[in-house]
Amino acid sequence: MSIIRYTTPKFTSWSRVDRLSSLRDLFDTAFSAKGSASGYTEGWVPALDIFEDEEKVSVQVELPGMTKEAFDISLHDDVLTIAGERKAEAEAQGSANYRRERTFGSFTRSVTLPSAVNSDAVKASYQEGVLTITLPKAEAAKPRKIEVELN
Amino acid sequence: MNTITENAPTTCNSALPVKTIVPRVNIHQDEEGYTIKAEMPGVSKDGVEVTVEDSQLKIVGRRKGEETPGRAVYRERSSAEYRRVFDLDRSIDSSKVSAQIDQGLLTVRLLKSEALKPRRIAVS
Repeated sequence: MSIIRYTTPKFTSWSRVDRLSSLRDLFDTAFSAKGSASGYTEGWVPALDIFEDEEKVSVQVELPGMTKEAFDISLHDDVLTIAGERKAEAEAQGSANYRRERTFGSFTRSVTLPSAVNSDAVKASYQEGVLTITLPKAEAAKPRKIEVELN
Repeated sequence: MNTITENAPTTCNSALPVKTIVPRVNIHQDEEGYTIKAEMPGVSKDGVEVTVEDSQLKIVGRRKGEETPGRAVYRERSSAEYRRVFDLDRSIDSSKVSAQIDQGLLTVRLLKSEALKPRRIAVS
């Protein structure tokens, strides 16, 4: 049984695992990995994507099997934080866990957004287990066409 | 012994042209049978395929080709399909398999054949 918790592909250094010579190197690599999101924290780390176009920034987080009330989304300057808790299923009497891979418990992820956004117009929707947060860009951050004048 | 064993995906991967993701599952066992819950975020009812063949249960989840809302700034998710195969033992009645998906969580219910359920014998 592996003693390393399953992690999402956030750690790009995982590909180096086969060349590590000791367990200590493995832990050093895992804990030093950097991403644009929060570092390795206790609990579970759901995978997310960030997209950007001229009008808005979109963040999609994979969170299957939850209800929309379970999320706590907050925005502070240009840092978006998504937190929540997934409760473990209550076991019915007489049933036994045969295999248990799903993670439960609380999670939190913070991401720095690539652009200033209009915090009043942020929307979130939860479909097919994916939480999508749409953040329209602040007017000042939208690209502006500059006309070239011909003299 | 009643079991669901996993079909190791390693031997199959080389034949598949598409890289697949192994969805995480929780399997619960009770007197009636088994309940498998597989995480397949991004998959809707149309994208799920559950088949039972030759005492093998195969679950496949395909995402729709989503149009991305703009260019990608940071990506962790994959767009590969989810796939997992389980070997079922004979105690499971393959005509009594049901499945539903809700918010990316696929629940498959497998029931044991009536004849093979534990039965209390009354002592006269």
